Amino acid sequence: MNIEALLASSIDGLMLGFVYGLAAMGLTLIFGVMKVINLGHGPIIALGMFIVYLVATQLGLNPYLGLVIALLLGLAFGIVVYFLAVHRVINAPELTTLLATFSVNLMIIGVGTVVFTTTPRALAIDLGTWQSGVITVLGTKAVAVVIAVIVTGALYAFLYRTRVGKSIRAVANNRAAAELMGINSTWVLALSFGIGTMLAMISGGLLATLFSFTILSGGIYELKSFVIVVLGGLGNPTGALVGGIVLGLLEGITTIFIPVGWVPVIEYVVFVLIILVRPTGLLGAR
Amino acid sequence: MSNKIPRLLWLAALFVLAVVVVACAPAEPTKAPTVAKKIVIGFTASQTGKLNVESKKQIQGLELWKDHVVKAGGIKLKDGTVLTPEFKFYDDESSTDRVQALYTKLINDDKVDFLISPYSSGSAKAAAVVSEQYGKIMITAGAADDATMEQGFKNTYQTYTPASRYLTGAIDLLAKFDPAAKKIAIVHEKDSFSTSVAKAADPYAKSKGYNVVLLEGYDSGTTDFAPFINKIIAAAPDAIIGGGHFADGTTFAKQLYEKKVTAKVVALLVAPPEPKFTEIGDAAQNIVGPSQWEPLATFSEDAAKKAGFAWYGLSAADFTKDYKAKYNEEPSYHSAGGYVAALILQKAIEDAGSTKPDQVRAALDKMDLLTFYGRVKFSTEAKTHGKQVAHDMVYMQWQKDASGKLVKQMVWPLEAKTADWQPRK
Repeated sequence: MNIEALLASSIDGLMLGFVYGLAAMGLTLIFGVMKVINLGHGPIIALGMFIVYLVATQLGLNPYLGLVIALLLGLAFGIVVYFLAVHRVINAPELTTLLATFSVNLMIIGVGTVVFTTTPRALAIDLGTWQSGVITVLGTKAVAVVIAVIVTGALYAFLYRTRVGKSIRAVANNRAAAELMGINSTWVLALSFGIGTMLAMISGGLLATLFSFTILSGGIYELKSFVIVVLGGLGNPTGALVGGIVLGLLEGITTIFIPVGWVPVIEYVVFVLIILVRPTGLLGAR
Repeated sequence: MSNKIPRLLWLAALFVLAVVVVACAPAEPTKAPTVAKKIVIGFTASQTGKLNVESKKQIQGLELWKDHVVKAGGIKLKDGTVLTPEFKFYDDESSTDRVQALYTKLINDDKVDFLISPYSSGSAKAAAVVSEQYGKIMITAGAADDATMEQGFKNTYQTYTPASRYLTGAIDLLAKFDPAAKKIAIVHEKDSFSTSVAKAADPYAKSKGYNVVLLEGYDSGTTDFAPFINKIIAAAPDAIIGGGHFADGTTFAKQLYEKKVTAKVVALLVAPPEPKFTEIGDAAQNIVGPSQWEPLATFSEDAAKKAGFAWYGLSAADFTKDYKAKYNEEPSYHSAGGYVAALILQKAIEDAGSTKPDQVRAALDKMDLLTFYGRVKFSTEAKTHGKQVAHDMVYMQWQKDASGKLVKQMVWPLEAKTADWQPRK
C-alpha cells in the first residue's frame, strides 16, 4: 500500500474527526455537568442536518447561515427538552434519565419520520477542491474543520472566561456547593443541556454540508460519539475533541489496510479496551 | 257459431305453428353474457425512504398500465368476463420489515387476487417469502437478485434480467474499446442484489484476463465513500464497476468526481439510467449504467415476427409517449419494469381465460413473448422456477451534446448503440 494513499486517507479521517469531536463534545458536556447520558443525541444531530437543509432549500439562504439558526434553535430546544424530560428525574437513578432521554429519541425519530420521511436529502455545496498528488481536500471539509475549531474555541472561552461558564463548571464540580454559593443550579443545568444540544445540532449541520442524510442518520454519529466520549474521558470536552480526532484518524488509517466494513468492529474493540484498561479515557475526567 | 270454432282452431293452429317454427329456427349465435368483475392487484410502494426514486417510477409504470387497461374496457376473457383492475398498495418506507407485514395484510385482510413485488431485490425477497407461504402469484418488478429466484419458488415470476448479467456487458465494453486496460475495481453495496452482481462480475472480469485490484462492499446507506475512493486512487484501476441503488450510486459518482478519480469506465448499478441522476451535474458525465430498458429500445411487432416470437402489448414509442403525457418526464427502466410486470400478469390471465391461480401459473410457465420491454420467458426448472431467462440488458452513458447538455446515449451492445462510447476524463 503506497504511502500517498495512507496520507490521503489519514487527512480525510483527521478532518472528519474534528466534526465527530464536536458532536461528542455535546454528549460529554451534558454528562459532565449532570451525569445524564443523552440518548436523544443522535436524532438531535439529525435535526441539525434538517435545519441547515431547510434553511438552504426552503429559505434559499446560505447553508452556513443555517448553522447560526441551528445554534439558536439547538440552545432553545435543549432547554425545553431539559425541562420537559430531564429536570423532574435529574436526581433519580441513572436508568431513569437514560429512559427519559431515550423517549425523547423515539419522539424525535417518530415525528421526524412522519414530517421528513426517510428519503435521503443532500445539499449541493461546491466550495472547490485543493489537490496535490493523490491528496484531494474538499473545500466543504476544510470549512467544517475551521467551524468545528471556532465552535470549540468559543465553548472554551465561554466556560473559562464568563461568569455563566464558570457557574456551569462549578455545578459540574459540586452541585450542592455551587447552590450554597447562590448559583441557580436548575438554570445552569438547563443551559448546559441546551449547549450540549446546540453542539450536536451544529455538528449535524456541518455533516449535512458533507454527506447526504435522513432523519435516521444521527444514529451512527451517536454511536461514534459514545466511543469518542469514552476515548477522551467522560465529561471532558477537550477529551471529546481529541477523541474525535483519534477516531477519525483511526478510521482513515485502518480503512487503507482492511475492508471498511471492519472499521466499526475495531472502533468498538477500542471502546471496550478503554473501558477495561483506562476507564477515565485518554485524557481522564476533570 | 259453427264458423267460429274452425276459425279459432285455425288461429290456435297458426299460433302453435308459429311457436314451433320460432323454437325450431336455427338459433342466432348467442353472445356469452358479459360479466364484469374487478381484479385486485396488491403491492407495496417505497413512497419514502432510500428507494423512493426508483419505486416511484415503478408505481408510475403500473398506474399507466391500469389507465391503458381501463381505457381499453378491462381485461377481456374468452368466457365474456371483463376484469377491471384495481390497485391496493401501502408505503413500505423502503423497509423490508414493513414489506413482510404489509404483504401479509394485502393477502389476509385486503384479499388481493395477485401481487406485484415492491421495488428492489431485498424488498422483493421479503415479499416473496410471504407470497410463497400463502401460494399467491407474484410478478417481481425491480428485483434482479439471482439467489431469490433459486429457491424453488412456485408462485414468483421475475421480470428483470438477473443480477448476474448486470455488469458483465460493461467489462465487454472495456475490452472492446480499451484493449490496453488491465485493472478493474469493484465496489458495491452489501445488499443481496448488488452482491449478486459483484459476485458474478468478479470471476467474469478475471476470466477475461483483468486484474481485480479491489473488491469491496459498503453498507447500505453509506454516505461517505472517501475510504473506498482513497483505495481506488491507490490502485489506479482502468474501470470502476459496482454501486448499488440510486441514493448511494449518485453519491458515489459525485464523490469520485470531487476526488478527481480518472478511471476511463465507471459503470454503476441502477442510478445512472434514472433521469434524476443528472442532478449531480458534470459528475454524471460519461458514467455508464446497465439498464433493463431504455426509451430508445427498438423492440417491435415486426421484430417479433422476424424472430418468431409472439408479440404482446404496446410499442416502446407508445409507452414513452403516453408516459411522458401522463407524468411529464422520461420513463426509466424502473417505469417500464412496473408496466411490464402488470402486462405479463394481464397476458397470463388472458391466456388462462381465468383468474384461477393454477391456470394463471400454467400460462406464465408457458409464456414466451416479446413486448416493448424485450423478451420475457421464465425458467420452469424446479430450482430456478420463475427466474427470467430471456431478457437482456443494454448499457447507457451520459454524454454532453453540442450545447453542453447531458444526454443519455446507448453505447452497448453495439447493435443497439445510438452513439460511440466515450472514455471518462
